[in-house]
Amino acid sequence: MEQTLHVEAKDILKYAENFDQKIEEDKKIEPNEWMPEAYRKHLIRQMSQHAHSEVIGMQPEGNWLTRAPSLRAKQILLAKIQDEGGHGLYLYSACETLGISRDELIEQLHLGKAKYSSIFNYPTLNWADIGAIGWLVDGAAIVNQVSLQRTSYGPYSRAMVRICKEESFHQRQGYEIMATMMKGTKDQQEMAQDAMNRWWWPSLMMFGPHDSASPHSGDAFKWKIKRQSNDELRQKFIDKTIQQAEVIGLTVPDKDLKFNSETGHYEIGPINWDEFYSVINGNGFCNKKRLDHHKNAHEEGRWVRAAAEAYKNKHSKN
Amino acid sequence: MAIDTQLDLWEVFIQNKSGNNYIHAGSVHASDKKMALQNARDTYTRRSEGTSIWVVPSKEIVASDPNDEAMFFDPANDKIYRHPTFYVMPEGAKQI
Repeated sequence: MEQTLHVEAKDILKYAENFDQKIEEDKKIEPNEWMPEAYRKHLIRQMSQHAHSEVIGMQPEGNWLTRAPSLRAKQILLAKIQDEGGHGLYLYSACETLGISRDELIEQLHLGKAKYSSIFNYPTLNWADIGAIGWLVDGAAIVNQVSLQRTSYGPYSRAMVRICKEESFHQRQGYEIMATMMKGTKDQQEMAQDAMNRWWWPSLMMFGPHDSASPHSGDAFKWKIKRQSNDELRQKFIDKTIQQAEVIGLTVPDKDLKFNSETGHYEIGPINWDEFYSVINGNGFCNKKRLDHHKNAHEEGRWVRAAAEAYKNKHSKN
Repeated sequence: MAIDTQLDLWEVFIQNKSGNNYIHAGSVHASDKKMALQNARDTYTRRSEGTSIWVVPSKEIVASDPNDEAMFFDPANDKIYRHPTFYVMPEGAKQI
């Protein structure tokens, strides 16, 4: 879009006041409006991480496409993975409205300057993991994304609304896989429980560090980029998910777990943050594999992009 | 070798039902019109959200300057006679 915004240095104070007032009044900020540089940077970091997560998240599930247990399961998984790709695209285009190009975004991912959700550095060992990912990982993502529908940046908020509409099927299909396995043979039940054991804690870590240790949240709240804290969102997820686990007979792998009847909330044992930071810093099972795969796909697609450009140039001359 | 590129940016507008307005949905990358339409379909209408799509090169869209909002739109504020509620209906007269 053509940017018509020209800001004189002397007017910055006025623009900053307008911006603060809009945030105060819960109005959305749009791409061609003045915004503090730090707001723009925060959004680029958060939205690109979100977009990369959608795209990298296609890999652990893609691993099971050819081995889905039925045609129905395969069609559903294919549709889900296609959605994740679509969600990545919504988010990339929303992020590009902040004045950063798709090339730069991908370059930052490849250079390790931009992150993606650490959860995708865990391997998918068997079919039950596909159930656990849909149910727990997408479940956690949805809790976060529902909250982000109210984020202050217009394009981000609109992308979230669209994504939330589509994602509820992801969580349900995962839960259905888990429920089906729990009604199956003893081996299938054990597989489902094993997947639950491996994915439960990493899913809780998806919400990020505790509020007391969250380095980026001050400004994010002030600017209403983030509307609920990591711990609030995590608690929401815990309360909803434990109930669903009980219904199908899965055990939550937490010996300290208890229900507080006064608050009406579940209380969990301590999260292993050493594991969280270790995976973020590159020591997960699949960090290298995920990034290498993305780089290769990008390289292998280079000739396609070049051919499309050549075709365009040839036809625009006529 | 040609410079690598993520292709041009296009804005996507979707009509969800025959007769409705076209509403902005987001954007896609594509090298030409045909690819832009196909990418828009794949990206924004996976659940029959649309019956028709417009794609427009993003660089062709001109937007009003948010800083001129007051100057640009205020003239409409004091012309309340543009609204039907401005007029007094004689007692007993029925609405059209």
